[in-house]
Amino acid sequence: MAEVLVLVDHVDGNVKKVTYELLALAKRIGEPSAVFIGSGADAAIPGLAEHGAATVYVADAADLSAHPVAPKAELLAKLVAEKSPAAVLVPSSAEGKEVAARLAIKTNSGIITDAVDVAADGTATQSVFGGATVVKSRVAVGTPIITVRPNAAAPEVSPAAGARVEVSVELSDTAKSARITERVEQAKGGRPDLAEAAVVVSGGRGVGGEEGFGVIEALADALDGAVGASRAATDAGWYPHQFQVGQTGKTVAPQLYIANGISGAIQHRAGMQTSKTVIVVNKDPEAPIFELADFGVVGDLFAVVPQLTEEVGKRKG
Amino acid sequence: MREVDNTTMKIVVCVKQVPDSWAEKSLQPADNTLDRGSVDAVMNEIDEYAIEEALRLQEAHGGEVVVVSMGPDQAKDTVRKALAMGADSGVHILDDGLHGSDAAATSLALAAAIKGRDADLVILGCESTDARMSVVPAMVAERLGLPQLTFCNSVTVDGSTITTNRVTEYGYDVVEASLPAVVSVVEKINEPRYPSFKGIMAAKKKPVETLDLAGLGIAAGDVGLAAAWSVVEEAAARPPKAKGTIVTDEGAGGVAIADFLSAQKFI
Repeated sequence: MAEVLVLVDHVDGNVKKVTYELLALAKRIGEPSAVFIGSGADAAIPGLAEHGAATVYVADAADLSAHPVAPKAELLAKLVAEKSPAAVLVPSSAEGKEVAARLAIKTNSGIITDAVDVAADGTATQSVFGGATVVKSRVAVGTPIITVRPNAAAPEVSPAAGARVEVSVELSDTAKSARITERVEQAKGGRPDLAEAAVVVSGGRGVGGEEGFGVIEALADALDGAVGASRAATDAGWYPHQFQVGQTGKTVAPQLYIANGISGAIQHRAGMQTSKTVIVVNKDPEAPIFELADFGVVGDLFAVVPQLTEEVGKRKG
Repeated sequence: MREVDNTTMKIVVCVKQVPDSWAEKSLQPADNTLDRGSVDAVMNEIDEYAIEEALRLQEAHGGEVVVVSMGPDQAKDTVRKALAMGADSGVHILDDGLHGSDAAATSLALAAAIKGRDADLVILGCESTDARMSVVPAMVAERLGLPQLTFCNSVTVDGSTITTNRVTEYGYDVVEASLPAVVSVVEKINEPRYPSFKGIMAAKKKPVETLDLAGLGIAAGDVGLAAAWSVVEEAAARPPKAKGTIVTDEGAGGVAIADFLSAQKFI
């Protein structure tokens, strides 16, 4: 059976959920082979094997991580040339898309980005124009390279061998021409990553200020979710920019999206329109976002949201 | 390694004309390519930040700023806007054979236009608001064989060294390289200037070169819809969402939502 390469998204061996989602998709197409670049393979391999990886290619040379993007693309290009996989699946992160992009040029292959589903025959589903149009596309030339959004599939427990194979590549000078000289971590807090979270609770102009976001955070925490914010709220400085959901911010597709004090302009809708279940709380009954609501309450979010948070706490026990 | 001095720093900025982000976008039924004709077209918003960054570097280090854009005839307006902001000259890549090009072909055309111009720096916006792929800057770097410093929220040039902050999920990486290099910028990098009236008038006289495939030395069979390495097989409007339940809060709105969440098995 043809291999399907899956680039593992991890931090020092801590594998992100999206990787398991990609392994589940890879299994539809062929035999999943995880590609682990960086340190921490020992910690990662059991989980990768449990979620379907028959093989885990491990490349832990330091210079693969000392330079952005290009080294990973060169390693993957080598594996593509050697293994002739049926497809390469890469998480749709900023880095993932760039690795996939360079790999596509190196291997003269078509690339499809931000797939929300991938079928057994490699047909990808994309949700474009802020979710307004659904597209089916396929790669016509070379090895299909597909970047996949979080929440495109459910991780599946599907124990496989997870056989470790050490791989390496002689990096070109070009791949080493940009150097990462420092990594700076900025305070992130303990909530789930916004792009991957199953539940997102967002606040908009109706929150009224920085302090008001405490109410949003409390609901997010009660539901073990991530916090999002509209552009109006982040532009006003009420919440950090990296939590902005929308056309110029992050695109999310969680199981549950709760929009509080957000009117639902096209800029914002483009970032959350394909969420599975949408709940809306807004004072204005004419707010466009109610068109997306599976359930909505017209009311003051400062009355409704704390009450909801308390009810969730009671029912979750 | 070339030393950058005040008289020779050359910055190329790639810009794209896209449908207005407030407009409803659609694919043309005939060939599933983006309908660029029936909506207002504007410069891709992030490209304004790319031009601004180029102009700031020019103010600090001297040299010239050349704007390059691939697009149908109407894209010349976007080139003029870049000139009005302060770019010195423009290159409009225009050829019907480019219609329907995928990202790989776009990067091929841009790279061909940039090669031979001795650019010290190529700056792009990190993403366009129509395709939203975020791949062209990396592909251009790949094709030109230049260091890639992308998703920058800060750029500094000192002699022939460029230092950038690359936005990441955990914060940022400091990335450094020797010029020439390819850079892409994020929105947070600066505040773009508005073209002044003087700038708009001056733009009318600035030179704009038009290049077709022959001028780029690219074979027609390598670009355009038929040459695309991926194809759109079908496209359909998302089915409208079934209308949900909307209630007015009369003191138990939060409880009502909790009931809904229970029924949907979220809690």
